[in-house]
Amino acid sequence: MIEARGLSKRFGHVVAVDDLSFDVRPGTVTGFLGPNGSGKSTTMRMIMGLDWPASGTVSVVGRRYHDLPWPLREVGGLLEAKSIHPGRSARAHLLTLARSNAIPRGRVDEVLELVGLTSVAGKRVGKFSLGMGQRLGIAAAMLGDPGVLLFDEPVNGLDPEGIRWVRTLCKKLAADGRTVFVSSHLMAEMALTADHLVVIGKGKLIAETSVADFVARSSRKSVKVRTPAPHELSNAVTNAGGTVISDPDGSLTVTGLSASEVGDLAASMGMALHELTPVASLEDAFMELTDEAVEFRGGS
Amino acid sequence: MTAVLEAPAPFAIELPPGRVGLRRALAAEWTKLWSVRSTMWTLVATGLAVVGLCALSTGTVNPSEIIDDPTRRSLIGVFLGQLIFGVLGVLVMSAEYGTGTIRATLSAVPRRPVVLIAKVLVFGTVAVVVSEILTFGAFGMGQAILSAKHAVGSATAAQHAQKFGFTVPHNLKALLSAGSASLGQPGVLRAVVGAGLYLAVLGLLALGLATIIRHTAGAISAFVGAVLVLPLIVQALPESISDAIARYLPANIGLVMFSTHGTPDRIASAFSPWAGFGLLVLYAVVTLGIGCWVLVRRDA
Repeated sequence: MIEARGLSKRFGHVVAVDDLSFDVRPGTVTGFLGPNGSGKSTTMRMIMGLDWPASGTVSVVGRRYHDLPWPLREVGGLLEAKSIHPGRSARAHLLTLARSNAIPRGRVDEVLELVGLTSVAGKRVGKFSLGMGQRLGIAAAMLGDPGVLLFDEPVNGLDPEGIRWVRTLCKKLAADGRTVFVSSHLMAEMALTADHLVVIGKGKLIAETSVADFVARSSRKSVKVRTPAPHELSNAVTNAGGTVISDPDGSLTVTGLSASEVGDLAASMGMALHELTPVASLEDAFMELTDEAVEFRGGS
Repeated sequence: MTAVLEAPAPFAIELPPGRVGLRRALAAEWTKLWSVRSTMWTLVATGLAVVGLCALSTGTVNPSEIIDDPTRRSLIGVFLGQLIFGVLGVLVMSAEYGTGTIRATLSAVPRRPVVLIAKVLVFGTVAVVVSEILTFGAFGMGQAILSAKHAVGSATAAQHAQKFGFTVPHNLKALLSAGSASLGQPGVLRAVVGAGLYLAVLGLLALGLATIIRHTAGAISAFVGAVLVLPLIVQALPESISDAIARYLPANIGLVMFSTHGTPDRIASAFSPWAGFGLLVLYAVVTLGIGCWVLVRRDA
């Protein structure tokens, strides 16, 4: 359980996190979604007691992080990729952490096995790839077998197989009854991993909801249409102010008009429709909700 | 709202009694210090500097030369050794920031003063033990070289004396052996012990600077500035001012600490060896104190 209440953080004049309140509950994977620079990492650092909030509070299992008697046995965090001394071996890094929290030595080898780094345990971390660094970070987070896990962009630098591994791991940890909080700037990844979402943009809370609700709440819906006369329908939709994309399977994706408007339009032209389906894409939903809240917009 | 599907039983963790404290932090810091190669390298380099310069400065002595302070002569390498030792002191803290390990460290031990105290105790203990071994080693080697030289000198003198029909005064050998020192002579043991303590305290001063500055290059520059550059600047000042300041400089305190008698003439009204040492310890304590304040207040 993580509870943030009115959490704010400023860096100079820049407001990184702005009056953020949310709950992360045990037993499910909660996605922390927001564009790059929206304050996800800063929030995670505040949860872990590394950055001080300008105002507000955040507690983990009912306490401030600093008041946890054995922090690594209660909370595990993967905050930044490869933030480990390059001259230290993977095993020595984990051993250092284990000693600080009275975690049995044998657990080090257990988590190395769990993340698949046993064969390189004695190798210096400086020689690790980004993906291996991520695995070691995840091993460190799981070292104390904690009930709360925070993963900041865990799939960065992982190959497809590694991404699927993280996804499965998150779900398994949640199924144990643990609290799992995973950040990403990729909507599609969150849709596959998370059950709940905390969505932020420019440091502000945009939505705190289930993935299903989040999609349903999207208003910019598109409509999938099949017709024997795609060309005519395209022209008619464009004239009516809609936008049409021809899909490879021969169907059309219409945005800017509702399903009923497209249906009425086709009827008025006496045109047959073989399919008319409203579609809300997850990506669209995310883009829409963060539209006004994107800090760094691309040049497109 | 979506219905809550059978929530899994909350994840139970078992915590040992007590909490993360100094004992755990010490164990972690000890492991950390010895699990990177740079620790051994810098210690070996310090040893080479202290012992190597001792061999150079005593080995090049002319057999008939009267040395004012043979103890100081054999400890001259401390001046170079302190710079390398300072680098190690800096790295103990700055490497945490440079590599990002500080986040893992403070997640494991959230009470930051405990982390700093553990670092001071672990590095301080290693520093005192190693630097005392080095200064006693350099002293022993230097005096052995010097007495060998003077044995040659006295034998030559005896040959010359016999050639010209003089009887060799039986105390000549004793006179000439004044060219080397032994630990029983006044001030010698204090100077050798003092040289080691000087090295160790400077290492802790460097650790304190790194805690404030956080960057390796910046902290090393500040350390070299305080130890090496400051004396040069003070020397360039008008005598009335430089005389008043010179005795407060760490390098000059060190020079008095590992001299057996008198005051090196360039330092007017120098502190006594132990008073100077007290001042040096005060410098280190104040620097570490500011470092602790900065560590607690700032974001990690």
